[in-house]
Amino acid sequence: MSVVHMSEHEREEAETREQRALGFWLYLMGDAVIFALLFATYAIMIPGTAGGPTGKDLFDLNNAALETVLLLVSSTTFGFASLSVRTGNRSAVIGWLAVTFLLGAGFVFLEVREFAGMIAKGAGPDRSGFLSAFFTLVGTHGVHVTMGLLWILILSAQVALKGLTAPVASRLYRLGLFWHFLDIAWVGIFSIVYLPGLL
Amino acid sequence: MFGKLTIEALPLYSAIAAGGAAVTVGGALLVAIVLTWLKAWKYLWTDWLTSVDHKRIGIMYIVLALIMLLRGFVDAIMMRAQQAMALNAGGYLPPEHFDQIFSSHGTIMIFFMAMPFMTGLINLIMPLQIGTRDVAFPWLNAVSLWLSAAGAALVMVSLVIGKFSTAGWTGYPPYSGIEYNPGVGVDYWIWAILISGVGSTMSGINFVVTILKRRAPGMTLMRMTPFTWTALCASVLMAFAFPAITVACGLLALDRLAGMHFFTNAHGGNMMNYANLFWIWGHPEVYILILPAFGIFSEVVATFSRKRLFGYESLVYATAAIAILSFTVWLHHFFTMGSSANVNAFFGVTTMIIAVPTGVKVFNWLLTMYRGRIDFHPSMMWSIGFIVTFVIGGMTGVLLAIPPADFLMHNTTFLVAHFHNMIIPGVLFGYLAGYMFWFPKAFGFELNRGWGLASFWCWLIGFYLAFMPLYLLGLKGMPRRMETYNDPTWQPYLMVAALGAVVVLCGIASMVIQIYVSIRDRKLTEDRTGDPFDGRTLEWSTSSPPPPYNFAVIPTVGDREPFLEAKKNGTAYRRPASYAPIRIPSNTPAGVILGGFAFVLGFAIVWHIWWLVIVSAIVMFITVIARSSDDNAEFTLSAGEVKRMEDERFRQLGSRA
Repeated sequence: MSVVHMSEHEREEAETREQRALGFWLYLMGDAVIFALLFATYAIMIPGTAGGPTGKDLFDLNNAALETVLLLVSSTTFGFASLSVRTGNRSAVIGWLAVTFLLGAGFVFLEVREFAGMIAKGAGPDRSGFLSAFFTLVGTHGVHVTMGLLWILILSAQVALKGLTAPVASRLYRLGLFWHFLDIAWVGIFSIVYLPGLL
Repeated sequence: MFGKLTIEALPLYSAIAAGGAAVTVGGALLVAIVLTWLKAWKYLWTDWLTSVDHKRIGIMYIVLALIMLLRGFVDAIMMRAQQAMALNAGGYLPPEHFDQIFSSHGTIMIFFMAMPFMTGLINLIMPLQIGTRDVAFPWLNAVSLWLSAAGAALVMVSLVIGKFSTAGWTGYPPYSGIEYNPGVGVDYWIWAILISGVGSTMSGINFVVTILKRRAPGMTLMRMTPFTWTALCASVLMAFAFPAITVACGLLALDRLAGMHFFTNAHGGNMMNYANLFWIWGHPEVYILILPAFGIFSEVVATFSRKRLFGYESLVYATAAIAILSFTVWLHHFFTMGSSANVNAFFGVTTMIIAVPTGVKVFNWLLTMYRGRIDFHPSMMWSIGFIVTFVIGGMTGVLLAIPPADFLMHNTTFLVAHFHNMIIPGVLFGYLAGYMFWFPKAFGFELNRGWGLASFWCWLIGFYLAFMPLYLLGLKGMPRRMETYNDPTWQPYLMVAALGAVVVLCGIASMVIQIYVSIRDRKLTEDRTGDPFDGRTLEWSTSSPPPPYNFAVIPTVGDREPFLEAKKNGTAYRRPASYAPIRIPSNTPAGVILGGFAFVLGFAIVWHIWWLVIVSAIVMFITVIARSSDDNAEFTLSAGEVKRMEDERFRQLGSRA
């Protein structure tokens, strides 16, 4: 009796995880709509510089390239964390999450430094419609990455305290979706904001 | 310490505004006193406010919607009264106040009446119809509810502290920008919409996952009820259209708070982008609201005609087609903005195309009624009234879809008449039909039929009186939103329209009386079987109200109308051989805490009280983390308890038979 009941219980748990994954995919698609509209807004506001600096004057390709490297490598290291979840290697999971965190934090640091430099030059988000759109699009991505960093901290703590239980592993799976999604959004930013801005 | 908030914020600038504030505060106090007197606070907290049961959340959504319907209607009748008397004179409302009223009327009716009503009905009924025990994410569901309530509370609080927006429910910049609107009104509007919009997005996701993943065995997609189908399509639209209004309002907020230039006149702003972003949400929103109402009409018409729905497949395909096309018509809301003739023509054509699947549905309902044995229950009357009235609105819509005609009619009361002609019969009549249809399912007794019919006739006649004159006025060239005017030939029409509003008031009064009379006579109309209308689908197979777990044994479905089939085969009401324990999500205060602090957060941003913004954001953040780290958010109802509850159900069934 209790054996039958347990398997029923496990089946329910598996269904719950599947539902949460689908729900999270839908959330990401909604988030993708937000990014799509911010991209569209940015694209139409490129001429709206109001006599102020343009992308060519402001963007630094080296900085953007370094940000890209940090974020793409962090996606790879997150992938290693996910593989370690599969093998059940708790300390490896925490280790890879730590590496991912450092890379992500480096990305945020570079972005904040870039923003601060632009604001210091008088090219803040209130300078022109173009800069409003730039700061909002890139900043929205940056806020996402920051939230992802907090999420990595929280789940690292859960892995340390609770171990790789089924609920924790399922949360790590969704964090992974989120983290890789931010990579894709960044590839869009690099190709739509930085490259055309400089070429 | 209190940002921009000073004693000046109290609405002492006019007696009418102060009166509105007094009614709001007095109403809240009265509710608090009654709850204290009934010693109901604890019951309210443990059984309702912290509940994650989809049925209770649904009921709370509908209560919110009905309260906001009253508020929105007060705004409406005040506008009608003003326009009826404001020939060559100021009427009784100063322009500032009149503008707040039409802005809050639209905002409330769309975001805080129609949206919660729809979300509530889907919550209440859809899980029962697909044979599941709850939605996919019960506590997220509670969060959605309380975020909607927080948005509604922000609109209500603007009556008492500060002013509401004067920029209309669409909040077009540059007028809604900081340069022309430095007060707090537009901020109240923005944050009410942003906060409740997050809730709606999450509701959409929740319903999509529920419908795709939690249907009872045997319920294929093409065996789902029409209401579930329309709920699915509306939920997809909610999940993917609401992000657009989040962007539109978010960017407007950045313009206002951070001095950005998305939609400003100067500095490279582009206000036309706002119109696009707003209506990329706004047009799907029309179908978010109306598709579930179409689903309700389909259920009601089939049930009260005692016939299977005519052309189920065509209705499903029409619903899906509308859902997709709804993303291709948004530009018809601003043909006059100056797009090229080809762009306008494209959107004019798509607008006419979207009318086709809607027309298909009208024939579905008519042919379902044809040769049926129709029971003229109030729900059925709402449906018939809808079909007749909605077709008129549809035709004026096709007229407005022609860009050159729109250039003449745009911004007139013709447009006002048109969209009320779609939304009142199409959306509100549908929800009221659903409310009167499923009320016994939620509470275990029926609503009084006589007062329901009285309400219907008052609403229907009041609607025609209120809006047919506006069509004529629009053709005569009367712009919308006029606080005063000097053309004496308009006044008779406006007086008829005001009379219409009074007749609608009688309809609303009938609804209130209906609730009172039905509660008083509840013993006479008790629903002991759970199936008062000879229902066809699974929700009627449960008791009224259903037990917390909905179904003691998850049904297996082999037909589009599984409960009717079961009644025919004699397999309905059959007692299972044994019961198994059932896991149920535990109640949690996390939803109501999040909603409460979302309200504080919105209020603090509106008044620039930055420390409070930070504090409430941190509290919300901690609440989310604490709740989402909880691995044991469920409790188990033992097989014995389930058996006890089911025995009671069968005892009631037996006493009826």
